[in-house]
Amino acid sequence: MPAPVEPPIETPASLPEAYAVLADSSAEDPVTPIAGGTDVMVRITGEIGEPPRRMVDLSRLRELRGIAVDRGAVVLGALTTYTEIRRSSVCREHLPALVEAAATIGAGQIQNRGTIGGNAANASPAGDTLPVLLALDAAFEVGSNRGQRAITADAFWVAYRRTALAPDELILRIRIPIGSGRETRFRKIGTRRAQAISKVVLALSWVDQDGPPGSGRVAPIAPTGNGPIGTWRDVRLALGSVADRPIRTRATEAVLEAASPTPEIADAAAEALAGEIHPIDDVRSTAEYRRVVAARALHRMIRDAGGW
Amino acid sequence: MTTQHITLTVNGEARDADVEPRLLLVHLLRDVFGLTGTHIGCDTSNCGACTIHVNGQSAKSCTMLAVQADGAEVRTIEGMVAGTELHPLQQAFWDQHGLQCGFCTPGMIMQAAWLLDQNPQPSEAEIRAGISGNLCRCTGYVNIVKAIQQAAGELQASASAPAAAGEAVAAEA
Repeated sequence: MPAPVEPPIETPASLPEAYAVLADSSAEDPVTPIAGGTDVMVRITGEIGEPPRRMVDLSRLRELRGIAVDRGAVVLGALTTYTEIRRSSVCREHLPALVEAAATIGAGQIQNRGTIGGNAANASPAGDTLPVLLALDAAFEVGSNRGQRAITADAFWVAYRRTALAPDELILRIRIPIGSGRETRFRKIGTRRAQAISKVVLALSWVDQDGPPGSGRVAPIAPTGNGPIGTWRDVRLALGSVADRPIRTRATEAVLEAASPTPEIADAAAEALAGEIHPIDDVRSTAEYRRVVAARALHRMIRDAGGW
Repeated sequence: MTTQHITLTVNGEARDADVEPRLLLVHLLRDVFGLTGTHIGCDTSNCGACTIHVNGQSAKSCTMLAVQADGAEVRTIEGMVAGTELHPLQQAFWDQHGLQCGFCTPGMIMQAAWLLDQNPQPSEAEIRAGISGNLCRCTGYVNIVKAIQQAAGELQASASAPAAAGEAVAAEA
């Protein structure tokens, strides 16, 4: 049931107005931002936990829209929808793994409404773009009446459904560095292809030290026996739905760092990952399934990259 | 009870209403405006029966607040027919038996209309992906896919007919 007294939903037309509405938001009595509403709206009936009491609709904040390239990074406004990401020539060129992740979220209608800022702020451990943001070393530009600051992705999700945002802060933009030669792979495993919440979701990213500059998106390195296999640097592996928040798996990254995508390395990395994550049983899957599938999905990514 | 005043365009007609803050858009359409062609299936954005267009984008109206549609252009299944002439998608669902019980049909047609707007010549795989947020428990989707293929062909044919295209451009301008 809705709350007996429904406060009006504020619909600010500018960022300063939104900051003013959020100024008295507190942990005890938060003002919940809503944009596409794809997460907030399923809470509004109160059937899943406590519904938000006060809400502020961000849809009119033009300042938070748009996709741009700026100083070696793609900058996504927080209100960028998944459909906009899928269609953006900038994203398709520089962030194909993010485009792929956006395409796996819900289906067309959800992708038209849902925003990447909302995916991050909702802080679900199963949020599909979040491992990509971690693997790409994204940073969140956040703001409030008190000023602006940046929070790196690996410091953003601090506990189950909790972010590093203060109650009065909004995500403004997400800044994703684009380096030449960086490769990223994405994989989501759910019950079906559309409209599924992930059982396991992962993103693997590396720089191929021996690859030609800008070879970034062209993918597989020459197969075994047909030339050298490259050496990986700056490897990042991030997963969702295997912990209380989206996580980097640094022990497994260490196995892959300065290594080549050979069968031996794939075996070692898969084993390391199975030992490093501690998923749980829940309505969508089991801990055992998640551990096995995460390890096999990583193994396959390495195999495909190695071309064997 | 607090209410908020909103104005919007529904199927080309200017409308306004005083709504409770948490009124769902689908309830505004059905209960306030009497447009019951938009169905409510799951209330959790899974089934797609409530699909409409908001500013030209398909959306699930059970997961939108009416206040979020303030100032928007909304199109529902009732806005698809031109006078007494069915939209090519409506005709195609009829011709191809793209429905049995019909509950999913309004949402399915609205989603298909958005899909064809984005991609006028979709492959079968693209059609199936395009309607993957809409559930049908009767047809097995085969005839729905055929209907969308038929409509795509007809819309393409009418778009490429020079006279019709000229009129459309004039009308747009």
